[in-house]
Amino acid sequence: MEILMSIVAGILVTIAVYLMLSRSILRIIIGTGLLSHGAHLLLLTMGGLKRGTVPLLGEEAASYTDPLPQALILTAIVISFAITSFFLVLAYRAYQELGTDDMDKLRGNENND
Amino acid sequence: MTNFVIFPLLIPLLTAITLLILKNQIGLQKIISALSLIVNIGLSLYLVQIVFENGIQTHELGGWTPPFGIVLVADMFSALLVLTTNVVSLCCVLYAFRSIGEDREKFYFYGAVQFLITGVIGAFLTGDIFNLFVFFEVFLMASYVLIVLGGTKIQLRESLKYILVNIISSALFVIAVAYLYAVTGTLNMADLSARVSEAGQPGLLTGIGLLFFVVFGLKAALFPMFFWLPGSYSAPPTAVLALFGALLTKVGVYSIFRLFTLIFYHEPQFTHEIIGWVALLTIVVGSIGAIAYWDVNKIIIYNIIIAVGVIVYGVTLTTPEGLAGSIYYLIHDMVIKGALFLLAGAIIVITGTSNIKNMGGLIKNHPQLGWMFFIATVSLAGIPPLSGFIGKFLLVQGGLESESYTFVAVLLVSSLLVLYSAMKIFMNCFWREPKLTAQEEKGTTKGLLYPSAILLAISVFLGVGAEFVYPYISMAAETLMDPSVYIQSVLKE
Repeated sequence: MEILMSIVAGILVTIAVYLMLSRSILRIIIGTGLLSHGAHLLLLTMGGLKRGTVPLLGEEAASYTDPLPQALILTAIVISFAITSFFLVLAYRAYQELGTDDMDKLRGNENND
Repeated sequence: MTNFVIFPLLIPLLTAITLLILKNQIGLQKIISALSLIVNIGLSLYLVQIVFENGIQTHELGGWTPPFGIVLVADMFSALLVLTTNVVSLCCVLYAFRSIGEDREKFYFYGAVQFLITGVIGAFLTGDIFNLFVFFEVFLMASYVLIVLGGTKIQLRESLKYILVNIISSALFVIAVAYLYAVTGTLNMADLSARVSEAGQPGLLTGIGLLFFVVFGLKAALFPMFFWLPGSYSAPPTAVLALFGALLTKVGVYSIFRLFTLIFYHEPQFTHEIIGWVALLTIVVGSIGAIAYWDVNKIIIYNIIIAVGVIVYGVTLTTPEGLAGSIYYLIHDMVIKGALFLLAGAIIVITGTSNIKNMGGLIKNHPQLGWMFFIATVSLAGIPPLSGFIGKFLLVQGGLESESYTFVAVLLVSSLLVLYSAMKIFMNCFWREPKLTAQEEKGTTKGLLYPSAILLAISVFLGVGAEFVYPYISMAAETLMDPSVYIQSVLKE
């Protein structure tokens, strides 16, 4: 199961890299979303996908899944959520002010501010 | 008092929250943010003193013993960096009082600065690798806000790139933590160190170590990963730029030090070799950039890259003197880069341009600014009575003892190029025929010079008072040389 999940995470990261190398800002932001999905999935997989019940003591099971990676993922999700929303608003502002969503046209030096 | 370690972290956090409430009372915001930084300087001075007297201080958050809970650790290295961070931030905030403008101040500028300081101090004090990630995100988020606050076109354009690079490196950080957790099953740095040395650091762990090196290299702007820095740092206003230049890359440097002296130190012939070459190339690239430009800010920005290379090379030196030199240079560099950016900001305020070719003869009307810039320049290059000298002297000594002759040669040549690049600013801006008469000047430097005067005084003190400062630095280096001290004080075995 871990091998399958690793391959899926790898595919997610591949698509993310492809999207982030494109020119449109929105495609880049979709890429960052997929990249964080890949990272979170990898965090879950690397914690081990051994069988066990949900980490709730009320279940009174013999074994539980590892609760630590889940806490780490929860933290990483809210952080990447905050950054993605900031990035989206920034892209919107940049589109309003600069009038383009093409990263190639956002190149520049001190002469064409 | 075991709770003491958390106070330098708590004060900027509480200040930041208070400042969010006082949106429109700018005067009150200024008083509170300056006062909290002054209090924090006092606290971190005291922290340095108790670490000096009693050894490493730890604080177990929530009373959970490590490795199960998060632990804050203040060894001498972290304590000194916390102190330097507070001092530099105070000067940048004082500079911001006169320069940043009401538009930005009304939109939570000081609050964002305090959050940035919280994140940086947290990253210095934490003893847990995922907690380090969280504190990285705290100061990165604040830095996104600060870099774009004001919303001019260049800021919008450059912050898009800055955020993208940092999102990628944060994702890599999460992936690296995931791998490390899979192999070792722990996140506490001391416990990690113990487990990695039990396993003898096989190739898998060395690979993870190098992934961490890529992550922190991206934050610290090392050679192949420095490309985002020159553009991004030319966007924000001077006070923010000084804060970024003095603090942000140095957190990456600190993390590289911590990881490769505490956890991944078992295969130095492989990892430290790579770090060494990357650091050398960073110095070379930085020197090329520093002599190529005719823009005040660009020259100092490339000087950051040179300094980062010099400091990171210190990880590979095998003697306590080499490490001490590196730490000395790190602290000197935080102070002097802050001073240089603030002085360059004052020059730009007067002339209204950052292009050296359009300046000249400022020494006639601004002798104080001129001679302060001169002192900053010679301190940067490492002329004997000033602080840059001792760091570089110890680094050269450590380099010779570790037989890293290439490094010593590159360091000495780069010092010349640093001196040339900074003197280029001084000679062209301050000497020559004046281009502007007193009436044509674009702005006044009233209240802009004393923050850099404070930083310069500290720089002179670090150089002249080396006898007084060195025991602290050497204690920091000794702790870094011997990871067992750190492990024992955290795990209390």
